[in-house]
Amino acid sequence: MEQYSAQRTLSVRVELIRQVRRRRTAVAFALVIALPIIVVLAVKFGPSSSGRGGLADGDLDVFGLLASGPWNFAVSGLLFSSAFLLVILAAMFLGDTVASEASWGTMRYLLVAPVPRRRFLFVKLTVGLLLTLAVLLVLVIAGFFVGLLAFGSAPLASPLGGTLSAGESTVRLAVITGYIAVTLLVPAGIAFLASVSTDVPLGAVGAAVVIVIFANILDAIEALGSLREFLPANYTRAWADALGSVIVWDQMAVGFAYNVAVFVVLVGIAVLKFERKDILS
Amino acid sequence: MSVRRGLGFGRVGCAGALGLLVGLIPAMPVQAATKTAVTIQGGPTSVSDRTPVTLSADIYVPDITPAPAVILAHGFGGSKESVVDQATDLVNAGFVVAAYTARGFGDSTGTISMNSPEFEIADATRVIDYLASLASVEIEGPNDPVVGVAGGSYGGALSLMLAGYDERVDAVAADITWNDLESSLFGQSMIGAKDPGVYKQLWTSVFFSSGLDSPPGQADLCGRFSPEWCAAYTEVATTGAPTQASRALMRRSSPISITDRITVPTLLGGGQADSLFPLQQVNANAQQIRAANPDTPVKVVWHAQGHDGGADESERLTALTRSWFQAYLADGPAVPADFEASLVASSALDDRESDTVEVLTSPRYPGLAGDTQRAIALAGPPQRILAPAGGVPAAVSSLPGIGSLGGLLSLLDTRVAPNQSAQFISEPLAAPLQIIGASRVSLEVASDVARTATLFVGLRIQTGAGALLLPNGLVAPVNVSVGPTPQRVDVELPAIVADVAAGDRLVITVNTTDQAFRMPGDPAVYTVALADPALVVPEVEMTGSASGLPLWAWPLIALGVLLLVVLTLRLLRPRVTGARTRPDLAESPLVIEGLVKQFGKGVRAVAGVDFTVPRGVVLGLLGPNGAGKTTTMRMAMGLIQPTEGSVFVFGERVTPGAPVLSRIGAFVEGPGFLPHLSGRENLDLYWRASGRSGEPYLEQVLEIAGLGPSIDRKVRTYSQGMKQRLGIAQAMLGMPDILLLDEPTNGLDPPQIREMRQVLHDYATDGRTVILSSHLLGEVEQTCTHVVVMHRGTVAATGTVAELLAGRRGQQLEDVFMDLVGSDHLVNAGPLPEGDR
Repeated sequence: MEQYSAQRTLSVRVELIRQVRRRRTAVAFALVIALPIIVVLAVKFGPSSSGRGGLADGDLDVFGLLASGPWNFAVSGLLFSSAFLLVILAAMFLGDTVASEASWGTMRYLLVAPVPRRRFLFVKLTVGLLLTLAVLLVLVIAGFFVGLLAFGSAPLASPLGGTLSAGESTVRLAVITGYIAVTLLVPAGIAFLASVSTDVPLGAVGAAVVIVIFANILDAIEALGSLREFLPANYTRAWADALGSVIVWDQMAVGFAYNVAVFVVLVGIAVLKFERKDILS
Repeated sequence: MSVRRGLGFGRVGCAGALGLLVGLIPAMPVQAATKTAVTIQGGPTSVSDRTPVTLSADIYVPDITPAPAVILAHGFGGSKESVVDQATDLVNAGFVVAAYTARGFGDSTGTISMNSPEFEIADATRVIDYLASLASVEIEGPNDPVVGVAGGSYGGALSLMLAGYDERVDAVAADITWNDLESSLFGQSMIGAKDPGVYKQLWTSVFFSSGLDSPPGQADLCGRFSPEWCAAYTEVATTGAPTQASRALMRRSSPISITDRITVPTLLGGGQADSLFPLQQVNANAQQIRAANPDTPVKVVWHAQGHDGGADESERLTALTRSWFQAYLADGPAVPADFEASLVASSALDDRESDTVEVLTSPRYPGLAGDTQRAIALAGPPQRILAPAGGVPAAVSSLPGIGSLGGLLSLLDTRVAPNQSAQFISEPLAAPLQIIGASRVSLEVASDVARTATLFVGLRIQTGAGALLLPNGLVAPVNVSVGPTPQRVDVELPAIVADVAAGDRLVITVNTTDQAFRMPGDPAVYTVALADPALVVPEVEMTGSASGLPLWAWPLIALGVLLLVVLTLRLLRPRVTGARTRPDLAESPLVIEGLVKQFGKGVRAVAGVDFTVPRGVVLGLLGPNGAGKTTTMRMAMGLIQPTEGSVFVFGERVTPGAPVLSRIGAFVEGPGFLPHLSGRENLDLYWRASGRSGEPYLEQVLEIAGLGPSIDRKVRTYSQGMKQRLGIAQAMLGMPDILLLDEPTNGLDPPQIREMRQVLHDYATDGRTVILSSHLLGEVEQTCTHVVVMHRGTVAATGTVAELLAGRRGQQLEDVFMDLVGSDHLVNAGPLPEGDR
């Protein structure tokens, strides 16, 4: 009789191989590489915006600084995509991951292999998060190098004033990227929970995106007052605090705790749900 | 409210809880206080007419009396209605509140004398007399109530003046008001100046116009002003300079005349966004009170509001006033006589939070010059600038009178013609800088002809992006006599609270025009240079408001939630009831005992199934569509949890993910493959994911699948039959001891079925076991050695094919089957849709 070990079932490596050759993975990476290139072309060849860089009072503009250097360009790439594109990509990687196995009919064979159900979920979750993180890093790195080629190597200029050294700029970019990765945890968690709750991959991704957009709309309603502190959108922009003369951690610390806590709870519910589920797919 | 028995159960409980809630609402103290409109006889109407004016007042009485009293004075152009919110706050805090409309405004009679001691202050004294007569007001002596006075702007000056003139006042809270009307309306920022200041034309006219109103079509030169003030204003507005008489009049109506007499606790608020009564005015009040009576508790607050708008801090200021009076009129907690300054933090991105205010505190008020001073080197050559004829075009720094709309300023192009402005710029700052107070700069100004130069000096922040910010739109106006010899001008710049980032530059701008001020009409050219390159910047050691939890608490909270969830998951692992292993069954490939599955509240898909599969057989699970074959097989694989009963494989209980499942090769309800990978890659990855380490027998298995070169094409391109064969091949990977195949021949053509029959027959030699389900009798009859007949979730018969046929000589299995399940289920020979459960 051959030896079986639960620890050897469905390794992260095998799951990565199973996922990376999918077309949607390639499309996601192509998108985040294309985005900075399109923006550069638009800035270089599009109609120039009028009167930038003048001495107007009260001029505070993160987009105006987009072309000041690779760090600024990478940050503006994050600004363009963090609210929507990255959320959708995170929802796609995490929402599709379990539901697509169910719809292909592969999940039942993996679970009979048997891949223990918790292991199955955690490997799926890990690979989904890894792919999301990879897309984020590719976006930042592509933005940086496209910016470097297009605008030279000027260090980060803050929209709040001040410029930073190259080393400090890199630290700031890393902090911003890291924080955005953290803010993607809640959409990722929602998508993952949706993914174990349905056998329709598009339904899981769509449900996660709809929930996040709905929360964003609620967040825009000022009349909700402090209730908005419980919505994810309340924390998505806190990374701007890393653009000042010093990094202000307060909001980011709260956002970190919020995102990690909500994510962990969502994943916990997903695990409890999946372990008790009758696999009918 | 009635207490009901059995609350908390079902619908009755809900209704009861709702009733409880509704019953509570009227009991909540929404506003127990009462408000009564009264008229109070004030001071004399005018110098000639000694009859008292009638003041329209509201007296707010809390539910517990006697209580200390607070007089609320409104701003210029307002009435007792303007302070309703603050009055409500104070009465809810337990104070008797007297809000009255000042003479000349609203329903009160008389004319405006700008807080003259003979008139408005006399009125307020009568209000104190009135309060002393009320039974609801706490008294500390004959005709001496416990009373505080509060107000903003016009009402703030009244509060301070009343505290100076009437010894019965026990505490003061005065906000955004003047110390000296003359220096407020005639700005002079030159230190040690002898010349009168620059007339703040726009603000003064906006301020006074609210006292000049009259019914439409019945305009009147003086409006509600007293003749003296009407004359003074007319004269100033016409000439731009006050006469000695006007200066005396203004001084009598200014706290500066009596600050040395204020000995009661005083809360002084000043607005950073205030070009009418700038922080210099609140500073003067504070310094004068402290100089005359060092023991007087004075708390100074530089908040972010003001006559120009600014960030809304009204809630905080209302609370501050309340706690001030609670501390000094009642027995509330002590409020330190310290210094608070609001730092308006702008966010780079979020419009919503652009006016976030951080409150900084310092144990003592340092004044405008700060605790320490830092010199920032400025550079710039002497520059010749033009004061244009008529004073236009003029620079725009602030827009008096439009309040919160002042924010629109950032949308305007506030640059002046470059030849009207001189600039002196610092190097980019090496380190961040926090400016709290008024910076100073020394200039040299010369003119070809001797004359009075009017200049506007601003401290701006040039950001790394090139934007030039003028904090709160404040400029320092300077009037100075100059001639061909350069005249040194030491300028006290506007007091600000601002963070300057490293890399930003500080810029001193000297303009010849500012549309808020009155400027000389004759043109001139001035030469402006730095007398001293040092810009002296005040710094104050302040502590930020500790808002909420410290930083390190947040990651700990996240960690705590993580641990909690991990613990919950550990505790809530699905439990298995009954024996996990049955050594007595260790030799049986599959033993099913009392298996029941009920989905939801519906019918039982499997309603008590028992059978045992011996080693080395090919067993057919036979039954019509819906007999429960697939559900039974899924339970045998641990995919579906049984409602009752158990499945043992080689004596090991089958649960989700039980290791013994590795001894089963499964094919259930059709194949499942990754469509974007080839057949070979699918099998390879499945084997690598299965956690088994033996020989996969990949080549033999691929031969069984018989896909030929198609094995390297993507599965997406396969036909149903190809996928089916690949699926059965996948089940055979590693040659497991048991094959569990659900409808394996679906979608195969007859030659392939025959081939498959042989494969399965061969597989079961060497002691391996094959279990297949089918609804096709012929297939079971030809393939299997044993059969279990299922019908409606139960086992109808078990045994070898031979046993079932025994005693039924001449009958086919089909006939036996019909006997067993009855004729209500005709067995189809054609292909069935997938998935019978």
